[in-house]
Amino acid sequence: MSTLSYAVADSATMLRRNLRHALRYPSMTIPVVAIPVVMLLLFVYVFGNALGSGVGPGAEGHYVDYVAPGIILMATTYGSVSVAVSVCSDMTEGIVNRFRTLSISRAAVLNGHVLGGAVQTLFSVVLVVGAALLAGFRPNATPLEWLATAGLLTLVVLALTWLAADMGLRARTVEAASNAPTPLTFLPFLGSAIVPTDSMPTAVRWFAEYQPFTPVTETLRGLLMGTEIGNSALIAVAWCLGLTVLGYFRARSAYDKG
Amino acid sequence: MTTTSHAITATGLRKAYGDHVVLDGLDLAVAEGTVYALLGPNGAGKTTTVQILSTLVAADGGHITVGGHDPARDPRAVRARIGVTGQFAAVDAKLTGEENLILMADLHHLGRQEGRRRTAGLLERFGLTDAAQKLPEAYSGGMRRRLDLAMTLVGDPRIIFLDEPTTGLDPRSRHAMWQIVRELVADGVTVLLTTQYLEEADQLADRIGVLDGGRLVAEGTAEELKRLVPGGHVRLRFADPAEYERAARALHGTALDDEALTLQIPGDGSARELKSLLDRLEAEAIEAESVSVHTPDLDDVFFILTTEHSHQPAADADVRKEALR
Repeated sequence: MSTLSYAVADSATMLRRNLRHALRYPSMTIPVVAIPVVMLLLFVYVFGNALGSGVGPGAEGHYVDYVAPGIILMATTYGSVSVAVSVCSDMTEGIVNRFRTLSISRAAVLNGHVLGGAVQTLFSVVLVVGAALLAGFRPNATPLEWLATAGLLTLVVLALTWLAADMGLRARTVEAASNAPTPLTFLPFLGSAIVPTDSMPTAVRWFAEYQPFTPVTETLRGLLMGTEIGNSALIAVAWCLGLTVLGYFRARSAYDKG
Repeated sequence: MTTTSHAITATGLRKAYGDHVVLDGLDLAVAEGTVYALLGPNGAGKTTTVQILSTLVAADGGHITVGGHDPARDPRAVRARIGVTGQFAAVDAKLTGEENLILMADLHHLGRQEGRRRTAGLLERFGLTDAAQKLPEAYSGGMRRRLDLAMTLVGDPRIIFLDEPTTGLDPRSRHAMWQIVRELVADGVTVLLTTQYLEEADQLADRIGVLDGGRLVAEGTAEELKRLVPGGHVRLRFADPAEYERAARALHGTALDDEALTLQIPGDGSARELKSLLDRLEAEAIEAESVSVHTPDLDDVFFILTTEHSHQPAADADVRKEALR
């Protein structure tokens, strides 16, 4: 086998290991589904009537259609917490030193964590989409638009997962690792996930318009509900690729130093 | 120094973390197929040495070969030849014993069938077959350490580093571990082990290096090291101070301990010497309460070498001796 096929085989072995962990200890995955679902119920059934009238004419009673793409995006950010924790707890145990003294691809350990984490998060996203549909979310997306939605969410998850892996590597304790991605989980709120950005005070609006989650939210909403996308899709994809590259190289350097 | 007959060589090995010098010019040579014990108190640099030799940490200076390769320049070639079992069990706590071994087999690209075959063999050999489907949390300390070593052996390494392999184990598990190490060496494997137990080094090692303050303060076989300290003695203890006084007069020139009522007579503890000593007491009609023979052991070597080197007061040495037990 070539070096590359060894790297692929080792990453696949590590991916199996991480998925087995996730199946055996689902306690880290449950909140990734539960928190967005609770948010969905809160925003639709508790705040929905008031917020619905704020998001635009005709949205009263259909606020779920506005907020669901934002809530789905939220699920991806909660997934990053579980990745940071699993990477950090791995690094604090002896097993990682064993991996480092094996003649295996250096990237395999992190690839396994990131791919495993991404699979878990995407699985949670599917469950949250299901919950949204049950709550009355009625997207009008074509199969092609659904495919594009899945593609964009995968890019978002990869970017967040690499960033979270880096946070997990740099955190000294598991507790610190579970706190590190918290700012990520707030970012959708400070974008257009819950309410349109033009309803926000100037400073917050300026931040909201230029932070990565807003173009992602707008693109998702456009794909699922047929709203205007404009150049959001391009900006969203650029953010995802940029953050993935940043997270990847930071994580690799942190792992090699450790 | 040739590398053909040596599995591991290090010359002038240096490592410092900031101002703290951990290794200060360590020289080491481990012949193929032998057990070398690095013996030293906590903080002597044992674990750092293993970390450098096993490619985990880069040295600041010095020249190293492990299995004929330099860990700094060609870490992959070194990793392909070594196995490491650290001080803290490096097992995956979320996988069963069997899954841990299969994980290692997969990472060594053994293929499914060979991986399963070797896993089953190692479980059997290390007495873990019954616990194969259990998670390590259900294992005793000894079982966990055996699983750890079994994982190290999946790749059939020719050079094995054992960093304090029996620290924290009960005597039975410790003896089981020793037996495993002896079997490995019988198969021609080279073992570098670190330990703070003198008995362990005495039991297992072909050569022992006494590490203190980041360098070797003595090196040789257990017998050679024991010869470094003054010879043994016979110790006589008395119940009655009067008897003690008389014996001290009769056997003048011996070391006295008035408080404990004991006399120390230099000697090798042979039966002939002992008989002549007891005959002299008999002739004087002196009755000793007990007789004990003290031969120098590695403890004596260790404390003399490591305390003299670090200029520690004797009282402190006793504390260290206690702490090491």
